[in-house]
Amino acid sequence: MKLVIAIIKPFKLDEVREALTRIGIHGMTVAEVKGYGRQKGHTEIYRGAEYEVNFLPKLRLEIAIASEQLDQVMEVLAVTARTGQIGDGKIFVVPIERAMRIRTGETDVEAL
Amino acid sequence: MTRACLRLAPAFIAALVASPAFAQESKIDPADTAWMIGATGLVLMMTIPGLALFYAGMVRKKNVLATMAQSLAATFLVSILWAFVGYSLAFTGDGAFIGTFERIFLAGVTLDAISPLAKTIPESLFMIYQMTFAIITVALVAGSVADRLRFSAFLLFCALWLLLVYVPIAHWVWGGGFLGTYGLIDFAGGTVVHLNAGIAGLVAAYMLGARRGYGSENLAPYDLALAVIGVGLLWVGWFGFNGGSALGANSRAAMAIVSTHLAASMGAFTWMALEWWTRGKPSVLGMISGAVAGLGTITPASGFVLPMQAVLIGLIAGAFCFWACTWLKRKVGYDDSLDVFGVHGVGGMTGTLLAGVFAVGALSATPELPGGVHGLLEGNPQQVVAQLYGIVVTLVWSGALTFVILKVIGALVPLRVRQEDEVMGLDVSLHGEALQ
Repeated sequence: MKLVIAIIKPFKLDEVREALTRIGIHGMTVAEVKGYGRQKGHTEIYRGAEYEVNFLPKLRLEIAIASEQLDQVMEVLAVTARTGQIGDGKIFVVPIERAMRIRTGETDVEAL
Repeated sequence: MTRACLRLAPAFIAALVASPAFAQESKIDPADTAWMIGATGLVLMMTIPGLALFYAGMVRKKNVLATMAQSLAATFLVSILWAFVGYSLAFTGDGAFIGTFERIFLAGVTLDAISPLAKTIPESLFMIYQMTFAIITVALVAGSVADRLRFSAFLLFCALWLLLVYVPIAHWVWGGGFLGTYGLIDFAGGTVVHLNAGIAGLVAAYMLGARRGYGSENLAPYDLALAVIGVGLLWVGWFGFNGGSALGANSRAAMAIVSTHLAASMGAFTWMALEWWTRGKPSVLGMISGAVAGLGTITPASGFVLPMQAVLIGLIAGAFCFWACTWLKRKVGYDDSLDVFGVHGVGGMTGTLLAGVFAVGALSATPELPGGVHGLLEGNPQQVVAQLYGIVVTLVWSGALTFVILKVIGALVPLRVRQEDEVMGLDVSLHGEALQ
């Protein structure tokens, strides 16, 4: 089992979710986060006071999948989240040791 | 002989009553009363929630509730003190410098009592209308020292500043005191409210020092949407602030409202244009700031000038206040956090002066003064002198007394919050609350 963590641009969420649904992924957790990488921040001006804002709003998706699906999920994620502009985001994969569906008690792959 | 006298008596009495001293009868007029009740509501709304939202939207998230607390506290504390003693000292008697205690605890403000200063509305209404002006003036000052003034110090400030600064100046300009009798014109508070609050704010900003992180950290506004809503309420409320200063439901009130609205519009447009030109983008904060600049500047002139003059005044306001809040503030280096001096101080001063330039006699004609008040452009340069006198007196009294008051309060409780409280935020450290 793998946990796929994807940092994407916020407006890409619907497109990504629909594409994942089409390949059989029916659940994810989404959080609003701030971050930066190669995409530098921007300047905001309030009545003459200038502020360099380094952190940009992003979304962090967490998707738990069976290991066999990994390549397909990464491919779909990357293609749909890509705009070609700096700041598209990143995908990280970490292994999941154990999993459980709370309602039923199913474990590991049955819980995904 | 006696019968001839008796026949002539009614004519004699009628002649007496018609003479200038009795020109306007003291009689409650329902239309005037209805409008002034509405105007009172509008002006109170300017503070709660108008100013509360405007200010709170512009501070950082951790200080939003504390900023609102200041507008709230100003409202309830000033209201009580005004009713107890403020109104009496400001608006009674013939004293050149201060009123009397004849209306202390509103003694004599009976159901049908009428003040000679507002002859067609109940005195209780005149009292509470003036109360709303006192409230917002006190609340305005807090903006200069946002994010760092101790709440207990602020409460003491509300009480002392109301009684020692606002009340005297209100008496001098509107309550029969020496500035009014000298000839100063101030329709709705260029000196009493805006310049007064502005210079007090500047003094307070200097005495408290800048916010931690000023010039280095990100102090960006928490939620400008709140600020926009606040300015909307202020703008609409100002129809009561300036329109109600006519103290009657009449064409002068209508004209004042027209001038007010056009000055606000032009102020907003001008600030937006200047910002677009100098910084590349027209900001929403700039638009609302320009509107408030226009509103503050037209305030003293609103019942004395014609609409097209108000447009010009709005343009001057937008430009001048934009300059004060950007270039001047940076050059001199003070942290007047919410630009109380830059907008209200500079605007109030400018508007008071321009009132003396543009005043049109026809708008202020009364039976006692059939020609009305003429400004410089109508051939009366002396009016500008009167305006300058009023400006200087206000600056000196408010500036000096604010300094003294803050020194006194500072000896009792520290003015500024502790450093760790400023970092943690005033909502949590002063009030034990937080936005979720």
